[in-house]
Amino acid sequence: MTAPMAIALEVNGEPVNAHVLPRLNLADFLREHLQLTGTHVGCEHGVCGACTVRVDGEIVRACLLLAVQVNGKSVQTIEGLSDSGEIADLQAAFRERNALQCGYCTPAMLMAAQDLLRRQAEPSRERIREHLSGNYCRCTGYQAIVDAIEATAQARKVQVR
Amino acid sequence: MTAARGSADGLSVWDRPNSYIGKTVPRPNLDRLMQGRGTYVSDIELPRMAHVVFLRSPHAHAKIAAIDASSARQMPGVIAVVDGRELAAAITPWVGVLSHLKGLKSAPQHAIAVDRVCWQGEAVAAIVATSRALAEDAAEAVLVEYEQLDAVTEMRSALDPQTPVIHPSLGDNLAFERLHSAGDVDQAFAAADEVVEADFIFGRHTGVTLEPRAVVADWNSAEARLTIYQGTQAPHMVQNIAALHLGLTEQQVRVVCKDVGGSFGIKVHVYADEMATYALSKLLRRPIKFVADRVESFNTDIHARDHRCKGRIGVTADGTITAFEVDDLTGIGPYSMYPRTSAIEANQVVNLVGGPYTTKNYRARARVVFQNKNVMCQYRAVGHPIACAVTEGLVDLAAARIGMDPVEIRRRNLIADNAYPCASPTGLKFEKLSHQASLAKLDEMMGYESLRAEQAALRGKNVHRGIGIASFIEVTNPSAAFYGVGGARISSQDGVAVRLDGQGAVICQTSITEQGQGSEAITAQIVATVLGVSLERVRVMLGDTDNTPYGGGTWASRGAGIGGEAALQAAKALRQNILGIAAGILQSTPAELDIANDAVVNAGDRTPRMELKELARIVYFRPDTLPPGVQPELMATRHYVPREFPFAFTNGVQASWLEVDIETGFIKLLKHWVVEDCGTLINPQLVDEQIRGGVVQGLGAALFEKCIYDDRGQLTNANMADYLVPMSGEMPDIEVGHIVSPTLESELGAKGAGEAGTAGAAAAVINAVNDALQPFGTVITEIPLTPEVILRALGRI
Repeated sequence: MTAPMAIALEVNGEPVNAHVLPRLNLADFLREHLQLTGTHVGCEHGVCGACTVRVDGEIVRACLLLAVQVNGKSVQTIEGLSDSGEIADLQAAFRERNALQCGYCTPAMLMAAQDLLRRQAEPSRERIREHLSGNYCRCTGYQAIVDAIEATAQARKVQVR
Repeated sequence: MTAARGSADGLSVWDRPNSYIGKTVPRPNLDRLMQGRGTYVSDIELPRMAHVVFLRSPHAHAKIAAIDASSARQMPGVIAVVDGRELAAAITPWVGVLSHLKGLKSAPQHAIAVDRVCWQGEAVAAIVATSRALAEDAAEAVLVEYEQLDAVTEMRSALDPQTPVIHPSLGDNLAFERLHSAGDVDQAFAAADEVVEADFIFGRHTGVTLEPRAVVADWNSAEARLTIYQGTQAPHMVQNIAALHLGLTEQQVRVVCKDVGGSFGIKVHVYADEMATYALSKLLRRPIKFVADRVESFNTDIHARDHRCKGRIGVTADGTITAFEVDDLTGIGPYSMYPRTSAIEANQVVNLVGGPYTTKNYRARARVVFQNKNVMCQYRAVGHPIACAVTEGLVDLAAARIGMDPVEIRRRNLIADNAYPCASPTGLKFEKLSHQASLAKLDEMMGYESLRAEQAALRGKNVHRGIGIASFIEVTNPSAAFYGVGGARISSQDGVAVRLDGQGAVICQTSITEQGQGSEAITAQIVATVLGVSLERVRVMLGDTDNTPYGGGTWASRGAGIGGEAALQAAKALRQNILGIAAGILQSTPAELDIANDAVVNAGDRTPRMELKELARIVYFRPDTLPPGVQPELMATRHYVPREFPFAFTNGVQASWLEVDIETGFIKLLKHWVVEDCGTLINPQLVDEQIRGGVVQGLGAALFEKCIYDDRGQLTNANMADYLVPMSGEMPDIEVGHIVSPTLESELGAKGAGEAGTAGAAAAVINAVNDALQPFGTVITEIPLTPEVILRALGRI
């Protein structure tokens, strides 16, 4: 089980075929093989959340998943979410509220926030804090992030009406 | 915001039309980071780049008897395996001392250990391979034979005669000692009605930047030049140190600092493994990348705090504080860190204890000892959290002893707002602080009286909530007094170059650096305001020793105050140049003209006369049409360093409102307030977010964070599952207010704000917990305040 294996998947809507070592994790595959460096690596043991990506619509820790495990699946990274415009309003709210400082946690934080907003239209601040509780941010103290997500939820609700 | 601050040419930055100073505007670089299109060091790949992995000592103290790398060298992808002795041929060792910290001593430290390892995690060999994974594979095949030595771990017994001396050539394990005495302390304690003592214990913690330390070093042997890509706060310092120890001139070293994934003081030092990476690149003549993994981060990123401080306060029955006395002990690992040294924190503790208060009677001793643990050095708010927690803890204990309200005792003893300028008992010069106004504002913001009523009502229901107050002072805008006078080539001045491009836009190069604080934003705001151009037209470049003026960087809350003033002065100079050229073209005089909305206008009626892009077009492409003798200079550079005050002190006060569950020992933070005074607010939102982020780092220290070593010097929780950091669920909302007392030393008037939050947060929490537990007659003076600490204090376990 150490020889390279062929995988075929979709990344940000594009088909990808690759030969990867079975031990290669998804975060390293995205960063080193596909040069999608927006997915960050913080702890490599599933705690900090910096490598959060979407696999078949669900957010996962890319450091805890092997590249071979996403064979046949659809992966979305921050680059894909940004280019599709799906989170443009959330990014605008982050910008307005200065909800990022060094920005290293931000792609994953946006992933987690969008995941929450897709599930729940109007989460309370407590619910937002709870949903982000697997994403570490050393810079902001979280309040600005919570504010930005809350503001986005409210703006989306108005749009729906 | 404040009174107009005039200047020689009649221009005041406050009076400029469309001023961006004091306004919240979004930072310019955020989209890049939000779209995952930043460039952190870990993202950088260069042609022929190889990866280095360090094999690290599993022992806290051991002799290296033998290293056998023969099988590792045969492994796939391996380029080289280099031990400390081999690497020493390429890079010289260093000693982390500064001459103004009298008596500070340390031993030579090598980039990779030679003969002996002094802490668990010290590198013993470098394995370079074509990928990090292959280098890690090979590291497992390097055989190191160790002879274990006794490890010195307990700082309290480090100076005992029977304890082994870590560096025999130094004679003992005492790295530094400072004694200070001011006023008549014995008489002041004798005159007190009550004298209260306590032992304060502060856990050893670390920065846990989300992006670990990372370096790409690229030696180009054809150019004989080393380019270092590193997430550092101080590029010119790294340039100097790398050149010094590699036997190069500074000309031969370029340091490039792109996006940095958090720093907080962790990335302001020069680490042994980074030095080793520079040397390996030179040795192997190719780019080498080092990215620390999380376990390495915990074992090698500087640790901080870890103090035991005995404190004493004297107070009279009417609430007058008569004296403070402290005896501080801290352990710094086996070496004083380079080049800023590991004595600064203890020195700061001595400087800052009692700082907000009027008493002149103060005695202190600080001792800094060596241990076989990871190195310890300056992390956000250096020394402040210790000094603040000890001072404010003692003040609360004194208040409780005489039955006085904690706010009232502070009101009676904090330095009066009209007493400035004045000095502290340690000789710190205070230009203008606002302790009393800050306390009054805090009282109002938090609704102190009604919170007290709520607390009393809930106590009847067996709900134990507490209020904790902590006043503080913060060292910002350091002059050469911090490092330069001690012989370190760490610049205290900063430079900014501003130029107009061919389309009338502005390019600004500054020597301060960006790690997310908003250095780019505030620089652009200042330059745009002074020049009279729109913010979108200003592009700021930083973090490149080849392309910025020489300067200190961003640390010690200095970016806005020092780099900001340099930007202001550079923009003023460029403005004068532009007006001179415009006057020549328009047959006017500079005094009759101004710049507003990207155009030269009449100073009087504000009528637009010429767009800046038109002026730039003429200057760059049709200089033949300029009046004879006009030689345009559309670039200006200015440098700034504070000279009048060694430091621009700021002040503030924090309050914590929390609930202690006396059954489980868990603490729930309900709310936190901060009032601080950093002088001119260039961008209020950025200041508030610096405060909030800083507070949360202090809250982490108060409740969770601790590097737990066993008695053999093994770090037992070197991962993010076991070393707890603040996550969103446990953190409260934080309300921030301001008092504004600009420094008159600079035209900008800005002081620093980056460390104020961290300085006082833990102190406020400790005081709040003791306030909550007051009915139980127990006092806790130890952080982190884990459930175990709480339950032990309550006698429940």
